[in-house]
Amino acid sequence: MNLKEIQEEIIAEFEIYDNWMDKYNFLIELSKTLLPFDDKYKKPENLIKGCQSRVWLNAELEGDKVIFIADSDAIITKGIIALLIRVLSGRTTDEIMNADLFFIDKIGLKENLSPTRSNGLSSMVKQMKLYALAYHTKLNKEKL
Amino acid sequence: MRFYRENNGNIHRGVHYLSAQATDAYENARITVMNFINAEFSQEIIFTSGATGSINLVAFSYGEQFIVEGDEVIISAMEHHANIVPWQMMCQRKKAKLKIIPINDNGDLMIQEFEKLITPKTKIAAIIHVSNTLGTLNDVKKIISIAHRHKVHVLVDAAQSIQHMKIDVQELDCDFLVFSGHKIYGPTGIGVLYGKRSLLNEIPPYQGGGDMVDCVKFEHTTYNELPFKFEAGTSNYIDAVGMAKAIEYISDIGLNQIAEWENELLQYATEKLKAIEGLTIYGNSPKKGPIISFLLKGIHQSDTGMILDKMGIAVRTGTHCTQPLMDRYGIEGTVRVSMAFYNTREEIDYLVEGIKKVKEMFC
Repeated sequence: MNLKEIQEEIIAEFEIYDNWMDKYNFLIELSKTLLPFDDKYKKPENLIKGCQSRVWLNAELEGDKVIFIADSDAIITKGIIALLIRVLSGRTTDEIMNADLFFIDKIGLKENLSPTRSNGLSSMVKQMKLYALAYHTKLNKEKL
Repeated sequence: MRFYRENNGNIHRGVHYLSAQATDAYENARITVMNFINAEFSQEIIFTSGATGSINLVAFSYGEQFIVEGDEVIISAMEHHANIVPWQMMCQRKKAKLKIIPINDNGDLMIQEFEKLITPKTKIAAIIHVSNTLGTLNDVKKIISIAHRHKVHVLVDAAQSIQHMKIDVQELDCDFLVFSGHKIYGPTGIGVLYGKRSLLNEIPPYQGGGDMVDCVKFEHTTYNELPFKFEAGTSNYIDAVGMAKAIEYISDIGLNQIAEWENELLQYATEKLKAIEGLTIYGNSPKKGPIISFLLKGIHQSDTGMILDKMGIAVRTGTHCTQPLMDRYGIEGTVRVSMAFYNTREEIDYLVEGIKKVKEMFC
């Protein structure tokens, strides 16, 4: 599935919930789908600081794809992380750098990704794109 | 808005009608504040950008005048960052030492430790009146009397008490007291520094510019008298007038009535929240302002806050600008319920319902 298709799939999954409570319950369920995040990755350089909750993000290059894993101490944040990982992990650096994450708005969670919410999520997206840029540069250098 | 439309002229400058009117309104606002906290003189009321601005002013100007290498400043373990960082900056500049009064698990200041911390090198103590995180109402009168016995000055951070109880600076005998307009139902960007006239006369200006000068020559400048010496540049006179209106508003309701009702709500809410299994309250002092900080067992404060927000309940979550206090309790943050005179018992009941919903969702 390309970036557009996977986002449309998520939008469809959320469409069945017509109230916020069910939507948030679904996010809580999604938080449980995140792969376990080993404590060894909870190092300071992986910590994305937000005033409200903490987010840890680790990125590794496998071939030409970037694999992200992440965790948070807050459950709803973790649910949103699970969605971001589902959309962006395992993609090429180009895809990640140019990703337009329209699904966030469509499923009604835009407020959670606003930089003013200080929950670390907007910084997380920025950080994911920065990792993609760094690996992109690395891959290009290797080609030379 | 009406002021901008009908009375707006820069204060203390023009001879024209609008300027004179604005100046009168601004100086009347000063009198309102003076009466409100029972200051002795209107020159003791300095308008600033807020409590933070006031503390920065004192930390700088007091530091310049009185602090030398090796001197000591005392604050408490429950201070807001605004009453920590300006003192740290000053101590760093002056090579002075910052000392901390500890608190007990209940969230009460260990006042007996305060006296032990005082040495001949101690110059000033800066203490929060009501903790914005724990709610603790500190016995500042006692602290001031101990401090004065040792010739130590005291600044009271009244940002969280000024809107909840009657404050009389002469009765407290504090040397400085600060608060913000927005905490007293007034505008943002305006606040007050109260200082004893003799002390304000002794300490140098904080910022230079218009209005704070007497005579400016390239070789030498002499400064204006109080309170203008500390009000450089065009003052925020419109918000000062707005803040005075807010003060009149709550004075009309009556601070004693406000305190009585808020205390009733606090007792009611405390009882209701304590009955919720797995809920821990941080700050259990017998004397508190109307806030409750809590955590639900196993549930992150931001999750609790997000669900309550969805239910239309506004609580603050996080560290409340008191990170050292969070470290003291070994927690990352709390959920804070803040009550005001316009809140009702029914709203507390709805909050309890909200908290139960949070528990259902996350447990």
